[in-house]
Amino acid sequence: MSPTRIEGSAPGPWRWDLSTSGLVAGPDQVWGAVRLQPLLRAEPITDLRLHPRLYDPDDLSLVAVDRRTSYVSYIPHAFVASWTADGSPAATYGTQLVDPAAGRPPRGIGLHFHRRMARREEKRRLRFLPLHLALEGYLGLQFGGPPIAWQEWTRRAVTRGLSPRSEAAYAGSEIPGLGDALRIFEIHPDQCGVLLYVADALAAALVVPHPDDYRALHPTLLGDLYGELVHQYAHLYPAVPEFRSRLDDDRVHSVADLRAEVARDRAGWDGLRNLLADGLFGAEYRTVEEVYRMNGFVLSRFLPPFHPDRENHVGEVVTDTDGRLAYLKTFRLSAAQARRGYLLGRLGAHDWDLDATAAALGTDRAGLTLRLDRAGFGHLLRPDILDACRAQARTSGNRTGRTRRRH
Amino acid sequence: MLPLSDRVACEDVVMFVNAAVTSTGQREFRAGAAEQRMSLAFLHDYVLGNYRDLYAATLALDVNHFNAALVVTNLLRTARLADPQRRAVEGRLIAARLRLLPPQRVYRVFGELRRLGLNNRRTRAIIRDWLAARPDPALDAVKYRRGFSVAARHAHLALPTELGTVLFDWRRPKRYDTPILETWRRAHYEQRSLYGLPYTVAEGLAALHGIDRAKFLTGIAPMLTGGERLRLQSSARRLGVDAVRMDLSRAPLTRLASFVLSLPRAERIERRDELTGALVAAARRAAGRQAGSWGRVVAVLDDSYSSSGSGEKRRRPLAVALATHFLLGVLAADYTGLWLRHRDDPLLVRAAGATGLGERLVDGLAHRPDRLVVVSDGWDNAPPGQAAEVLRIWGTRLDPERRTFVVHLNPVYDSDNFDVRRLGPAVATVGVRDAEDAAALVELARFATGTASFDELRRHLDDRVARFLANEPGRSAVQEPARPEVAA
Repeated sequence: MSPTRIEGSAPGPWRWDLSTSGLVAGPDQVWGAVRLQPLLRAEPITDLRLHPRLYDPDDLSLVAVDRRTSYVSYIPHAFVASWTADGSPAATYGTQLVDPAAGRPPRGIGLHFHRRMARREEKRRLRFLPLHLALEGYLGLQFGGPPIAWQEWTRRAVTRGLSPRSEAAYAGSEIPGLGDALRIFEIHPDQCGVLLYVADALAAALVVPHPDDYRALHPTLLGDLYGELVHQYAHLYPAVPEFRSRLDDDRVHSVADLRAEVARDRAGWDGLRNLLADGLFGAEYRTVEEVYRMNGFVLSRFLPPFHPDRENHVGEVVTDTDGRLAYLKTFRLSAAQARRGYLLGRLGAHDWDLDATAAALGTDRAGLTLRLDRAGFGHLLRPDILDACRAQARTSGNRTGRTRRRH
Repeated sequence: MLPLSDRVACEDVVMFVNAAVTSTGQREFRAGAAEQRMSLAFLHDYVLGNYRDLYAATLALDVNHFNAALVVTNLLRTARLADPQRRAVEGRLIAARLRLLPPQRVYRVFGELRRLGLNNRRTRAIIRDWLAARPDPALDAVKYRRGFSVAARHAHLALPTELGTVLFDWRRPKRYDTPILETWRRAHYEQRSLYGLPYTVAEGLAALHGIDRAKFLTGIAPMLTGGERLRLQSSARRLGVDAVRMDLSRAPLTRLASFVLSLPRAERIERRDELTGALVAAARRAAGRQAGSWGRVVAVLDDSYSSSGSGEKRRRPLAVALATHFLLGVLAADYTGLWLRHRDDPLLVRAAGATGLGERLVDGLAHRPDRLVVVSDGWDNAPPGQAAEVLRIWGTRLDPERRTFVVHLNPVYDSDNFDVRRLGPAVATVGVRDAEDAAALVELARFATGTASFDELRRHLDDRVARFLANEPGRSAVQEPARPEVAA
């Protein structure tokens, strides 16, 4: 699964190569509408480990990270921990690879919690930033804003980009059944990742280098973010079917045959082809941006092509020199978010030139303006331009007898 | 093939017995306490409505205390639906069962009767007779003060003078003539006296006097019951109180297994010989004369993460598996125990990982044992349903004459299915609460597969009832707490 870009920095389509990922799938476990499919690693990656500061010092079940001098540690995006010298909590901004020996705290955003939150922090539980911040971070990392000061855009859009930019998402604890499903999930001893489906729609993927890291990060899936689609599905679909195994009677004549048949059945689960994750692994990715390189590990961020009728996952991925997938974390965008991403993507491709973008989208300037407005980007455009387009749409809308939302 | 109605009846009753043996209305690994109670309440109503005689007969089986109390309450609640003859049988069953229940459970039943406003001549007589059979009412008045007073008020009991006074106006007399009551009165004002009281009573008074915990435990040690002593082992060790130490082999097998699993692994390694010895001794006692009579036995024991139980039933499924391991070691002439993941000393087992039963079943069946015992909560998930397939093919292709008897003991009630979760339709599955009862439960297992007829089941239950009622008068309460010697 090497996330190298096709050619230089030019954005182009890119696919996962699953065969080299070093992962095999395990049998899934179902609870209500939630299906959790473990990803197992025969051989854990030992030279990339969760930053030692993130391990709970009181948890004896976790083996101490080995003392070897040459390993890289990673800190997942939006991870909250007391990084600063005075012990106040901070969240990392973007997944980072650091040298654990360096002792330099990772780049982060200081957090100021109310008393309640601060008390929770004392428990030193591993967790990610709650709610929107993490996702905003993702999008903020991806989108800059107009590179050319076209006159249609507001000054703010040109100078600050899309910031502040917010996207709605649901915390895992708001998704019915997810808490129970994660609590009762039986973690495999060699498990290094999980695919989380809700009503058999892939909601998130998490892959880490080592089983110890996974055991430490498993509960954080509950505090994680999920798109509104996942939330709706969890409400609408009560249960998904279990894939029960089936052995072939005719091949069994002795205990050895039975053993072989069981092994064959078990091996049927190993193949990644059984995954329902084509939307993530089978899709083409529009941009894969290499962010950081350290000791052979490459950290990249990827964006989907933003097809409104397909699954769209944004995420971060770390691979090693052999192309093994060391770390992966994704977020599934909702349809509305994908539409917004699509618009931004098209604008970016045409350097935020309204006319050129409109032509590429097969509409006119007014149509694109209104579309941007409906997608929630009205504040980026100069108000006079927006008002003119709205007025035009109102009159044409009246002509055709359709009712329009009043402003 | 049995008539459908018979099969359904058979299944219903076995289902109910499984539920009544396993569920305690507490939180399990997957279901919460409320779900368990709601599911159980429905099941009780269903069986009571459809098979009233069999419902009453379950009192003669090893259903757990929680469910026995529910059955008693429900039978009394709906007594007017039964004809006089039935009522007479039910009355004897209820009386016999109440004598077997721990007193605090019985007092809770009486409290529930009061809450339901259930107060007729028969109920009052049942309460009166039970209380009259109590060995020491004065002790009850101290130890189960609240429950006793509720029962006394509810059943309009004529209490001896001092008992009435101590329950309803204890501060008035300057002294009591009954020694235990006097000790209790003095213990309110004098630290020395409280060491003559039962532990549960003394504990509250010790807190009132602000007595140091270690000192209190040393003093109260002679008054501890077996269960209390076992519960206090770890904290007494921590506090360095030697007096509480006990001979572990005297504890019941499953309780002991729970205790062993509660110890840190380092301590289990350190005390390995002592703990193993105690478990084997407890297993010997539980097996009794049946030791060595089971032939070649293989057990497949579930140590997956789900066997860690819940906050209320900590490691209960794992403890049942561990206890079964030791019990079968004694029962069988030739025994092999296979854990799903664990390989070493069974004492060090811990609950982790997925439930891959299929593969281990093949390992077990390869021994071609006389009996294969599976102890698991039945959530076979790696891959799902493989165990059922292995057992199906074993039955159809490799062992059509059924030389190997496969039984699945399940310690967890699945509230969604109103039964313990089964591995497959052809596998005899029985609920188990204490491993000690495994031998008796296996007897019931043949009714669970649909091979035995309803008449046979009815005969079996009648037989159990007859045996249960036969030793009625001579039998004293098993769970009777040790009678404290009353200080002067």
